[in-house]
Amino acid sequence: MGTKDFANIRSVLATDCGSTTTKAILIEKVGEEYRLVTRGEAPTTVEAPFEDVTKGVLNAIKEVEELRGRKFLSDDGEKILTPQDGDVGADVYISTSSAGGGLQMMVAGVVHAMTAESAARAALGAGSIVMDTLASNDHRLPHEKIETIRHLRPDMILLAGGVDGGTIKHVVELAELLASANPRPRLGIAYKLPIIYAGNKAAREAVAEQLEDKSDLTMVENLRPELERENLGPARDKIHDLFMEHVMQQAPGYNKLMAWTDAPIMPTPGAVGKLIEHAAKLNNINVVGVDIGGATTDVFSVFDGIFNRTVSANLGMSYSMSNVLASAGMENILRWVPMDLDEPELRNRIGNKMIRPTTIPAELEELKVEQALAREALRLAFQQHKEFAVSLKGVQKQRTISDAFSQDVGGETLVDMMSLDLIIGSGGVLSHAPRRSQSMRMMIDSFLPEGVTRIAVDSIFMMPHLGVLSEVNEHAAVEVFDRDCLIYLGTCVAPIGRGKAGKEVMKITLSMPDGRSVEKTMLFGELALIDLPLGQPARARIEPRRGWDIGEGPGNPLECDIHGGVVGVILDTRGRRPMHIPEDHKERVEKLNAWSRVVDEYPDIDSPEKMAAGQ
Amino acid sequence: MAKKKANVFTPGLKVSPETVVTKERRLPIPGQLLVDKGAKVASKDIIARTELPGKVQMSNVANVLSLLPGEVPDAMIKKDGDKVEKGEVIAEKRSFFGLFRGIAKSPMDGTIEAVSRITGQVTVRGTPTPVEVAAYLDGDVVEVFPNEGVLVRTKATFIQGIFGLAGERHGELRLLSSSPDQPLKEDDIPDDVEGQIIVAGSYTDQAAFRRAMECGANGVVVAGMDYSDIKDILGYEVGVAVTGNEPLSTTLIVTEGFGHIDMAHATFDLLAKNAGRVASINGATQIRAGVIRPEIVISLEDQVTDEEAEKAEEVVGIDAGSLVRVIRVPNFGRLGRVVELPPELTVLPTESKARVLTIEFIDDGQKFTLPRANVERIEER
Repeated sequence: MGTKDFANIRSVLATDCGSTTTKAILIEKVGEEYRLVTRGEAPTTVEAPFEDVTKGVLNAIKEVEELRGRKFLSDDGEKILTPQDGDVGADVYISTSSAGGGLQMMVAGVVHAMTAESAARAALGAGSIVMDTLASNDHRLPHEKIETIRHLRPDMILLAGGVDGGTIKHVVELAELLASANPRPRLGIAYKLPIIYAGNKAAREAVAEQLEDKSDLTMVENLRPELERENLGPARDKIHDLFMEHVMQQAPGYNKLMAWTDAPIMPTPGAVGKLIEHAAKLNNINVVGVDIGGATTDVFSVFDGIFNRTVSANLGMSYSMSNVLASAGMENILRWVPMDLDEPELRNRIGNKMIRPTTIPAELEELKVEQALAREALRLAFQQHKEFAVSLKGVQKQRTISDAFSQDVGGETLVDMMSLDLIIGSGGVLSHAPRRSQSMRMMIDSFLPEGVTRIAVDSIFMMPHLGVLSEVNEHAAVEVFDRDCLIYLGTCVAPIGRGKAGKEVMKITLSMPDGRSVEKTMLFGELALIDLPLGQPARARIEPRRGWDIGEGPGNPLECDIHGGVVGVILDTRGRRPMHIPEDHKERVEKLNAWSRVVDEYPDIDSPEKMAAGQ
Repeated sequence: MAKKKANVFTPGLKVSPETVVTKERRLPIPGQLLVDKGAKVASKDIIARTELPGKVQMSNVANVLSLLPGEVPDAMIKKDGDKVEKGEVIAEKRSFFGLFRGIAKSPMDGTIEAVSRITGQVTVRGTPTPVEVAAYLDGDVVEVFPNEGVLVRTKATFIQGIFGLAGERHGELRLLSSSPDQPLKEDDIPDDVEGQIIVAGSYTDQAAFRRAMECGANGVVVAGMDYSDIKDILGYEVGVAVTGNEPLSTTLIVTEGFGHIDMAHATFDLLAKNAGRVASINGATQIRAGVIRPEIVISLEDQVTDEEAEKAEEVVGIDAGSLVRVIRVPNFGRLGRVVELPPELTVLPTESKARVLTIEFIDDGQKFTLPRANVERIEER
């Protein structure tokens, strides 16, 4: 890694080495703006017979070379040319990686709901998968914990525990457990497992005594120095460093790749999180982001500046599809399927997708089934996120007499759907859905936004690349994120409340940018679409009926700007907490098709005539 | 049309009458190798051995004896490295001029491993568990990894399945279906299948599989099974296809997929031809990065030449004329020959754009166009 003038770069090549595909993008300065120019992809080559990640990187860049019509690789095709010289090469080359299963960690802390939870947050925030969370009070016997540690073989362990000046004994007990288990790392049986200690600083010496000889031990600042405060930064940074030094060193070809890049390689989810956090801070908004992959689903949120990330390791659209069925249950999946389907047959189809994960739906019915499963995968991943993204537990609060009855002890979810400004979706099923209205529907149905919420998708899955770019040139990353990465689908307007079929829920009046006025009265159980392209927002007056809340309290009207997008404004009066889907099969199928028709979701139900003909 | 480039990589399942199979046989932790490079091994031969450290139990002696943690080392009767039996006194505390005696006992048979003066815990480690790794194949040791394992190579008939349950087993192949489209029912399984690997045709259900287990069969190879039957056999849903450690006495190998599907002729014919011979099978499946498929290996007696070993590494793509199988509805499981591979993206009925190919079905000659991602190559060599 040389020293470069990152402020004045003219071009950036960035790759993301995923477990199946390596994706390359090219960003160039066009006039005064940074823009995405082209992208290329190739199969990842971490596994046999190649066992060298750089082969896939070079192949993906070769595709960029061909599409762009200029040279980025040396004559022998074995090196990336940096910096840009005339028309040849790029100024900067950067990369992220999740190949080989990403970074897999185990975390430990004294109290499950306090230091152990903070440790998990630090690990997740750094982009890792948390395989298990050990705590002194997790109800497992010592030998059971030891067996678990041995069995899981993580890439790294983060040990926390005790506020500064707090318990030493319990922390050392955990260190003793780790020492007894003497865990071996997942990759390579010969090297020592990295352990980061980020607990009570008074216990450092005793922890070192236990673990120094048996592991590669590093100490960082306590991640929970006081009950009221987390200090996750130092532990997160150390995880990144060790990811580079240890885990990446073991993966085939990464030594070479690390020498090529102009900034440290980041774990893919770490880079995506960085970008979402950045976008939220820059615009001072609350954001939820999701990346749904074949094996895992990552959810990110920023509420009032607090960033959280969760990874649902076994919720995904191919490898983990059967697990979506197992977790959600057949009934929940069928509630999104707008047709009659034989249940055992559906089970076999899902099983077959799991064992042949690269197949794609060739028929519309198959696509609808996949999108039904996606709704449930997203719903479950978001539910897990809401349970994890909570305020610090164990914090003593000053209370007034009015609080005395609320039983508030911390641990409430930070995810407040009414104050959420933007949902960003990413991953194949959302980014590559044949119609954008399908992506918007999937996100609305699974996240159930409340009030007024904008919805966007990552156009071609480039958030990881931009996340790592933000490390070297924030300005370029933000510019490309706004102009080429995010596709604004539109806005969802959904009041909270429950109702009965046919009852009025709200009236909305939109003063459109072209001077027209659009008025719409919504009944319970309806969806409606108002066409509003991206550009100037419309001024809206939303008047909820008694008992319905659009953000200003039940029955109170709201005036605000509403932004459009490639789909438009979706008015959703199907109710919230809960959303109502008819239980009767026939009625439900009719409703599902009616909702799809309104937003022009599928080609076979474009016209009501076709529907009437039973097609 | 421009040259039809076979720039398609849809790895199929390998079904080969004669190929080179190499297997890494490694210990979970370093240990002792029992064979040298060049050795001839049989599938059941033990090639490496080690001892997994025993289970650990901890006893909080400070709490038991009401001592401060720092006082525990002095109270210990047994010291680091001492062997102890379950219930044996390991520490004691005398008080009131020795009149009262408190004792702490070992929670298990083993060795005292550590005494902590910070937590007052005493760690006892149980006896180590011996671990042995067998050769799995009849073949030659072509490479050794010091203290870790070896590479065994053999020339063999090799068949990959798509999904399996349970791990490595050996046994004589026993054909119980007469054709690839014949299902295997519970009643079709005779009593004398103990130690054998049952080869079925198109489909079997959980009742038949349970019968095979009861009769002591080492394995069942079948084209298709219902996904819900797998759930019933295991007692839980396989959410993620990472298998191999299921506690089943019979290994299952599904060759085609979930549902009623005929076994590919090539697979069935090869299994039928080898009936009566001993096969090594493994149900372990891992459909993640670094795919592992279940397999059936029947070692041949010939030596592997270097040329053959190299050829085995070749990756074959799909081209016009290739035999492929449809691996997703519609037409799931049917076989066809590729007649055209248009290079441009084509709009599917879902409105997605994808690379497609056109095949001609083997059974009725009808042509059918589908995404390239939805076929797999059937190797014919």
